Amino acid sequence: MLANERQGRNKIHPQKFALWAACASIMMMFAAFTSAYIVRQAAGNWLEFRLPDIFFYNTATILLSSLALQGAYQAFKAGKAAWYKGLMVLTFFLGLAFVVLQYEGWQALTRIGVFLQTNPSGSFIYVISGVHAAHVLGGVGALVVAMMHAFLLPFKATPRRKLRFELVLTYWHFVGFLWLYLLGFFVLTGS
Amino acid sequence: MASTATTTTTKQYDEDLLIEEYGYDDHFHEHHHGDKYQSNFITTYIFSQDHKIIARQFLITGMIWAFIGGAMSLIFRLQLGFPEESLAWLKPILGKWITINDAGVGTLAPEFYYALVTMHGTIIVFFVLTAGLSGTFSNLLIPLQVGARDMASPFLNMLSYWFFFLAGIIMFYSLFLNTGPFSGGWTAYPPLSALPQASSGSGAGMTLWTLSLVFFVVSVLLGGINYITTVLNLRTKGMSMWRLPLTIWAFFVTAILGLLSFPVLVSGFLLLMLDRGLGTSFYLNEIFVGGQALDHVGGSPILYQHLFWFLGHPEVYIIILPAMGIVSEVLSVHARKPIFGYKAMVYSILAIAFLSFIVWAHHMFMSGVNPFISNFFVIFTLIIAVPSAVKVFNWIATLYGGNIRFNAASLFGIGFVSLFISGGLTGIFLGNSAIDIQLHDTYFVVAHFHIVMGVAAFFGMFAGIYHWYPKMFGRFMNDTLGKIHFWGTLVGAYAVFWPMHYLGMAGVPRRYYRFDNFDTFSHFADMNMFITVAAILTFALQVLFMVNFFYSIWYGRKMESKNPWGATTLEWTTPIHAGHGNWPGKIPAVQRWAYDYGKNGREFISQIEPLAEGEGDQGH
Ligand code: HEM
Ligand SMILES: [Cu+2]
Repeated sequence: MLANERQGRNKIHPQKFALWAACASIMMMFAAFTSAYIVRQAAGNWLEFRLPDIFFYNTATILLSSLALQGAYQAFKAGKAAWYKGLMVLTFFLGLAFVVLQYEGWQALTRIGVFLQTNPSGSFIYVISGVHAAHVLGGVGALVVAMMHAFLLPFKATPRRKLRFELVLTYWHFVGFLWLYLLGFFVLTGS
Repeated sequence: MASTATTTTTKQYDEDLLIEEYGYDDHFHEHHHGDKYQSNFITTYIFSQDHKIIARQFLITGMIWAFIGGAMSLIFRLQLGFPEESLAWLKPILGKWITINDAGVGTLAPEFYYALVTMHGTIIVFFVLTAGLSGTFSNLLIPLQVGARDMASPFLNMLSYWFFFLAGIIMFYSLFLNTGPFSGGWTAYPPLSALPQASSGSGAGMTLWTLSLVFFVVSVLLGGINYITTVLNLRTKGMSMWRLPLTIWAFFVTAILGLLSFPVLVSGFLLLMLDRGLGTSFYLNEIFVGGQALDHVGGSPILYQHLFWFLGHPEVYIIILPAMGIVSEVLSVHARKPIFGYKAMVYSILAIAFLSFIVWAHHMFMSGVNPFISNFFVIFTLIIAVPSAVKVFNWIATLYGGNIRFNAASLFGIGFVSLFISGGLTGIFLGNSAIDIQLHDTYFVVAHFHIVMGVAAFFGMFAGIYHWYPKMFGRFMNDTLGKIHFWGTLVGAYAVFWPMHYLGMAGVPRRYYRFDNFDTFSHFADMNMFITVAAILTFALQVLFMVNFFYSIWYGRKMESKNPWGATTLEWTTPIHAGHGNWPGKIPAVQRWAYDYGKNGREFISQIEPLAEGEGDQGH
């Protein structure tokens, strides 16, 4: 496999590759949290409770936002400036909505008596979803920059701008996928 | 250092063509107009984005930390070797940590003894042997040896250094806290690290310690992402993976290890911080402190140990792999022979890297993990000895029958092999969970990891410094002083750490403030004294090295030709004082693997020399 890498030329752009590497690194952080969760759960003294529904509904928000950004990207490539800008703004608001609704989820947890300190089973939910929300906010920041490009620069699909857009898109899909993994994890480990 | 990187040749090519020829290289735009970053002193030497400058920044910062960390060990060694002796003379440096009684006898405060041990470990492991070693040589050599103008992102590379610098400032500041720096050991196990009231260093000291290490991790990640991307994407034409020098393989795999293991440490720290500050119970439980049970319920300190050692064990290979890469290269160049078993070397690096992720619990045999699970970790731990032995065999086979040039660089390389054997063998003892019952947390462990990691990695670093010094500074270090440095350090290091095996086998525990109250250990007083004296002498030799290093920057023998060692690799094809961009014209294309020594009746053949008619290449 390595031997076939003739000439040492690689067709993936270095910045894209670097982003993938960064995603792998972030993934390891969550792998650590979720493994710690399993180890701690196995040790007993683990409060069981039902995850508030809002966390499930909210999944739709982040999935829709991923779709919207993908749509914006297709519009960008097809030269449809209005769609490109509109869908990007939609993504931005869906991203913000996701974070706000996660916050509502934490409120819902407190209403069923699960506070940060109550029991590690709850603490883990707060920590994991909180660190995830922080990564989503990072993505929202990147979206702000992308929107500035969209609205302040004349519309032109140069390779450089396409690349930048693809970087944001990849990261955004990544945080969405990450949430799916985390939610699936919570469901399967059944807290 | 003039920027000679302006090229006119590249102008003729349009961007796509260049990408075809050289792989992606985002910098060629800049070189049309000279280097926009190197316009004044500040951007050239301080906020530089040139990987060669950043390498020197990492090196010199690392050396300063090595001096501080080493000096700390002398103070606690004085305490261990001469517990009765007055340390009043240290009062001007250590201030209130030395208490002087009515008779004028000064004693080191026990809590500061622990702080010194903790800081020594943290500083040497992270700041010196991770940042100072990988940071220096990955930065210097990756672009030069793969044939790139700079890293994939010179800007993130610069940030990587400054995050390291910031981490250092915070750690340094914590030394002067009124309550002292963190003192719970470099592994920062809870509850000592989780309860601010546990000891004087557990308060502000621990907060700053964690903050510093989080910035440090950011630095490692920014650096690592860059190293990996550069190796995979910016290799020059003809530089296939199998033509890479072993240094690059080692740095590359090291970066992958860091990228996958350091984030786990951050997760562990985050949970620790929440336990400290916000009352969660990840690690803390209802233990009694000062006669009162804590509010925390049901946490497990073992959980922290798992998270820590999941980083901790790969971390020891993050330290040793770059040293191994450097030694492979230095031994081959100075033995004037191709490295023996190049592919076996690469595969063993990969095997070690993979295995390093599944052995972490060998640090926890005595922490109450399930003995059946221990068996699993025993087996994988012992398997690591196999690729390690392959590497040792190949180094010896490389030296065997070689026309060895004995200079400071090659001597340190050979010394590395000796140390790695001595320290690796004791690892096999420790890797057996049954034997570890006796040896865990004794001086045997201290001996093991200082020889195999501490001293060996320093030797790899010295080999690299003596070898690439001309590339970094355009001058040579004094070789006679270098040889004195080598022999003294080799004998000194063994004198310090060899006796510790005996202490450990007799059960002398590590991290104790003094032993003279234990009858069982009283006959070791002389041995402890001997170790301390040896440590002081060995440290003095490192000062000699520092003098040689700094003196030679300005007054060393000048480098007269581009390739003083007669090496095959690309870094020696750049001008003696290369500017940002490394090669004044086009980047040379690579025609052959990196180890053509003594081939076709010639002493060496550079990687850029085309294959002769019908000549085979080893790297494909
Ligand atoms: C043949 C390979 C090796 C084996 C089987 C091995 C095994 C072990 C074991 C079982 C321990 C735990 C001892 C205890 O705490 O009771 C240990 C400690 C340690 N080893 Fe190794 N080791 C090997 C090579 C290395 C290498 C190459 C390095 C570093 C470059 C290294 C660095 C360390 C460190 C730093 C510790 C102690 C950490 C601490 O407790 O503070 N070891 N080793
Ligand atoms: Cu280990």
